[in-house]
Amino acid sequence: MRDGGMTVPNLPNLSNLSKSPEKPEKPGKLKMKITAPGALTTVQDAGRTGYMSKGISPGGAMDVFSMKIANILVGNSPCDGVLEMTLTGVTAEFSSTEVIAVTGADMQPEINGKKIKMYASYEVSPGDVLKLGAAQSGMRAYLAVSGGFDIPPVMGSMSTNLKCAFGGYNGRALKRGDEIPLRQSVGLTLVGKRHAEGEARSYDDSITLRVIPGPQDDLFTEKGLSTFFSSEYTVSSKSDRMGVRLDGEKAESKNGVDIISDGIALGSVQIPSAGTPIIMTADRQTTGGYAKIATVIGADMYKIAQARPGTRVRFEKTDFKTAVKLKRKEERRLKLLIYNFSFSK
Amino acid sequence: MTEKTNGVRFLPCGDSALTVEFSKEISEETNRRVRYLAAELERRKIRGITECVPAFCGVTVYFNPLVIKMRKVEKKISDVINSYKEGSEGKKRVFLIPVCYDGIYAPDMDSVCAITGLSKSRVTEIHSSRDYLIYMLGFLPGFAYLGGMDERIEACRLESPRTLIPAGSVGIGGKQTGIYPLASPGGWRLIGRTPLKIYDASRNEPIPYKAGDYIRFCPISEEEFEKIDPEDIKCVTEE
Repeated sequence: MRDGGMTVPNLPNLSNLSKSPEKPEKPGKLKMKITAPGALTTVQDAGRTGYMSKGISPGGAMDVFSMKIANILVGNSPCDGVLEMTLTGVTAEFSSTEVIAVTGADMQPEINGKKIKMYASYEVSPGDVLKLGAAQSGMRAYLAVSGGFDIPPVMGSMSTNLKCAFGGYNGRALKRGDEIPLRQSVGLTLVGKRHAEGEARSYDDSITLRVIPGPQDDLFTEKGLSTFFSSEYTVSSKSDRMGVRLDGEKAESKNGVDIISDGIALGSVQIPSAGTPIIMTADRQTTGGYAKIATVIGADMYKIAQARPGTRVRFEKTDFKTAVKLKRKEERRLKLLIYNFSFSK
Repeated sequence: MTEKTNGVRFLPCGDSALTVEFSKEISEETNRRVRYLAAELERRKIRGITECVPAFCGVTVYFNPLVIKMRKVEKKISDVINSYKEGSEGKKRVFLIPVCYDGIYAPDMDSVCAITGLSKSRVTEIHSSRDYLIYMLGFLPGFAYLGGMDERIEACRLESPRTLIPAGSVGIGGKQTGIYPLASPGGWRLIGRTPLKIYDASRNEPIPYKAGDYIRFCPISEEEFEKIDPEDIKCVTEE
């Protein structure tokens, strides 16, 4: 897990309640059939750890917070695999009784034509059809299914690496007719009805990203840094899961932006020779040879994950202490949610 | 930015990573210190430090700030840096990579010969006559940045990159040489191809080598190329 994982040592392990034993009784029986795949839908979890030194991206959900909430709502481990849907969602038919939840961008979910809420768990029965539409705001929605997907991890993760075509469902985005194998859910009633509407975030068309300057802010002129921190950028349509490209004013460097290749952290704001920033996201290259002027803090990464092309972006300087405080706050919210659910039905 | 002793700098990379920069010059000695830090941090399994990425001149260290304090991360890193002793490196691991420098496997051999003014057999001989240190892996899964190519076979990149290069292609790009571990676009001049499957996501070890290992290219014929088992990756250990 990219962030070292959830640390919830003293709470009942919810994942055990809903997950099947090691071997499902009838392997391969439970399936979720995709009748419409959406614009770009992939299986993602919290990403892979330990392979960046081999040049393999961590991958994982772009909006990790939303992914975790979806899992918690259906009683899964917070970092279990989910479907990440981009701009438009899937239509899926179930062949078994499951509990599902959708979080992130509001894609107007319906079960059998009846509108359901985002950020709440629902039981589906065999033959039920879950239909998601176009995102009303934001970019990505997450669908979790109780028990999770019965997909073998590659390098310790279920995340789909589209560029290298491995992980997730056959290493690719979902297509019409795909049947996603599900793990058996036992003890579904233990999950009960869960709500977390309070965790829904608004995804604005104008966002401020808090950044910590560095690692290579010293390669830019005063003017370049001031341009970066004072101007407004817009999200380019050329963005993807590797990086979010921004259009706007060029940040001036002292002597060019070429550096000896080094590691690229999540949220690194790279300034290539063209001069406009690229925010490096889940499927980023592990190393690169362009200067990185600043790094977006973890707590603000969801904003960029949910930013559509055209979203206006500003950068604001913050410090390490503030970033960690915000991260801790987010972690507490998740822990509290798990805690509350574990004592209510 | 924190300045540290011995010219080592700790550069902030947001709230969950930092880059330890040893130098701004590529050298084998700097890279040895880089690899020592990465390997030692991994070996010590420090709680909260999740991953280390060695590069040419520095190591990016990833950590969970809710588990370990930044100050402690810096302290642990400094401890390792101070424990470094020159010449403490173990044996040399050399991966033997069979390469066919002929025919369809070497589409840019003629242009490399024209640029360098050398014959095909001379280019092949020079390219395969030394061991290349893997400074770092990056760019693509298993893409090794190799050091020490002979200047005589330097050749500028293609004017327009190919949209698809087959996996296993061996190329020259300026002063560098390397293997494309998987099919990808690229602008290097291709002088050969290995039948080995360098990268396999489903394998226990998706990439056989790591930074600090060496690569030796061994010329093979087109017939041998067909016969070699792609999974049979050979590695020798030398003093």
